[in-house]
Amino acid sequence: MKKKYDLGPYLYLIPAALIIFTFRLIPIVLSFIVSFFDWDIRGVGDFIGFENYIYLLQDRDFWQSMENTFYLVIFVVPISVVLSLFFANLLNNIKALRSFFRSVYFIPTVTSMVAVSIVWKIIYNQQSGLANYLLTQIGLDPMGWLAESTGIFELMFANLGIQIPSFLGGPSLALFSIIIMTIWKGLGYNTIIYLAGLQNIPEVYYEAADIDGAGKIKQFFKITVPLISPTTYYVLMMTTIVTFQVFAQIYLMTGPPIGGPLGTTKVIVYYLYEQGFGETNNLSYASAIALVLFIIILSLTLLQKRLEKKVHY
Amino acid sequence: MDFKKTIIYLILGFCGISMVIPFLWMLTTSIKPQFEVNRGNVGFLPIEEYLSYTENDEEYRISIVRTDADSSYVNLFDPDGRIIRSFYRVSNDEIESRRRLTFRWQNYVEAFKKVPFARYFMNTIFVSFSVVLGVIVSGSLAAYAFARMKFFGNEFLFYLFISMMMVPQPVYLISSYILLDNIGWLDTYQALIIPWMANIFTIFLLRQQFKTIPQELFDAASIDGCSRFGILWRIVLPLSKSVIATAAIFGFIGSWNSFMWPLVMTDSPHIRVLQVGLSYFSQEASTETTLLMAASTFSIMPLIILFLIAQRQIISSFASSGLKE
Repeated sequence: MKKKYDLGPYLYLIPAALIIFTFRLIPIVLSFIVSFFDWDIRGVGDFIGFENYIYLLQDRDFWQSMENTFYLVIFVVPISVVLSLFFANLLNNIKALRSFFRSVYFIPTVTSMVAVSIVWKIIYNQQSGLANYLLTQIGLDPMGWLAESTGIFELMFANLGIQIPSFLGGPSLALFSIIIMTIWKGLGYNTIIYLAGLQNIPEVYYEAADIDGAGKIKQFFKITVPLISPTTYYVLMMTTIVTFQVFAQIYLMTGPPIGGPLGTTKVIVYYLYEQGFGETNNLSYASAIALVLFIIILSLTLLQKRLEKKVHY
Repeated sequence: MDFKKTIIYLILGFCGISMVIPFLWMLTTSIKPQFEVNRGNVGFLPIEEYLSYTENDEEYRISIVRTDADSSYVNLFDPDGRIIRSFYRVSNDEIESRRRLTFRWQNYVEAFKKVPFARYFMNTIFVSFSVVLGVIVSGSLAAYAFARMKFFGNEFLFYLFISMMMVPQPVYLISSYILLDNIGWLDTYQALIIPWMANIFTIFLLRQQFKTIPQELFDAASIDGCSRFGILWRIVLPLSKSVIATAAIFGFIGSWNSFMWPLVMTDSPHIRVLQVGLSYFSQEASTETTLLMAASTFSIMPLIILFLIAQRQIISSFASSGLKE
């Protein structure tokens, strides 16, 4: 007895496929459609074509949220990558206590962003926070942290008595406070990924370099950095994608109003949330923002795939 | 131990302390009295400082209202901080300054009572376990089909799934809200559980694992009369325990910590999950920092304990997520 069509495999796929099609594929497609209609909390309205996107180009709040998001990415990603490679290297050079330190660095990764945001908000509290307490203990002036809307470069130069134009000011100190916390939260994960990558580099390369008389620092730049580059691409990519989606820190740590002071911590995903579920409840405009976010992340992913092919050892 | 190693340990130790300082400070702040924090006692030790006055072997806390040359008018407090006598005149010699460690565990009880955290915990546990169960069941079935069966559209479907994995959550959040609204699921447990009961990354992980099992095992089992599902249940799954554990860990941590989705999709307090409850609590009790620290502490405790128990497994799971096929 031989059946022509075996329907069995599809039965195995049904539970997963049903859920993924209904709650992933349909919403992704719907998201495109919604952005072209006048769609609010009450339901679908008229077809409005590219109106949302045209409005988006002139929306100053949108551009400010893009700028803030770029600051976040530009600071978080390189610092996190360099620090995690550094720590992974140190961990790779020791035997005793390695798994202990690995666990210590990893703890922030498993804890919830909501809880650590609450903790960091209190750390940055001007009167009763740990940050200012430590600053005063070592004899420095307390700072405004999450309440300070002045750019960090502007603050730095002001300390030296130099005034620079505010467009060169960089991210506000408030956003920079978020940057520090975000790096702290993600560092453990990146370190673990790097450590796994380092352990895949064959020991013989280093032995050969030792015989040739190359120093440790030279070995790091000539052997480790090139051979670890696939991991670096992965870490770069993941950190960038995750940083573009920062939401909970902003929602819990900044304001009132959230995204403050002066909108300097309003990031793209929070802006999307505010447009969709805030007072305006403009779901179609929020969808248009979501699509812009999608296009940015998609192009970064494709760019990474391109670059990765070029650099392959 | 040579000089270089010492330096490495020093750096790692110093930075390790910096990594956990927020948690240490969270713990010590959570057991301080609020008024100590308010008056600027924000160091690491949970110390309280107060003036005391002893009369008939009974020690009272006092606050000074007015001081004269050799005596003062003071308010006397009972241990709960209530005034029992005001404008009481005592000699200055009898006033002593005290400083001692304090452990105000009462903060935990108060935070727990202030909002229904017990309910939020139960909701979170229910949601997380349902999600993990769903992810493993749907994932194993789908991965089994993808890895070991020939059917029309196998590759196409698999890559369709993988490409959807790349789409970040905020992108389909708005449209998911519209979808759930239209099927009447907003503000229900279904909204928190069912969309997350299948996970593409889990399917991917399990498929890779199932492919590594040698074909001979399958042949032998089917000669012995084992059905297709029997092979999955008796051979494939037992051989894949560690990958299933990895998937369960990811599912559990992800579900326990998820915030934006439940924030958007639910509203009623009775189905509120821990993360959302904690976020509302931080708005309501924003000035009561000690209670906030206590609430943060007990909300991350379950995951910290899970992590301490299964460190090796958890870390290697996360590490494997970065390795390519």
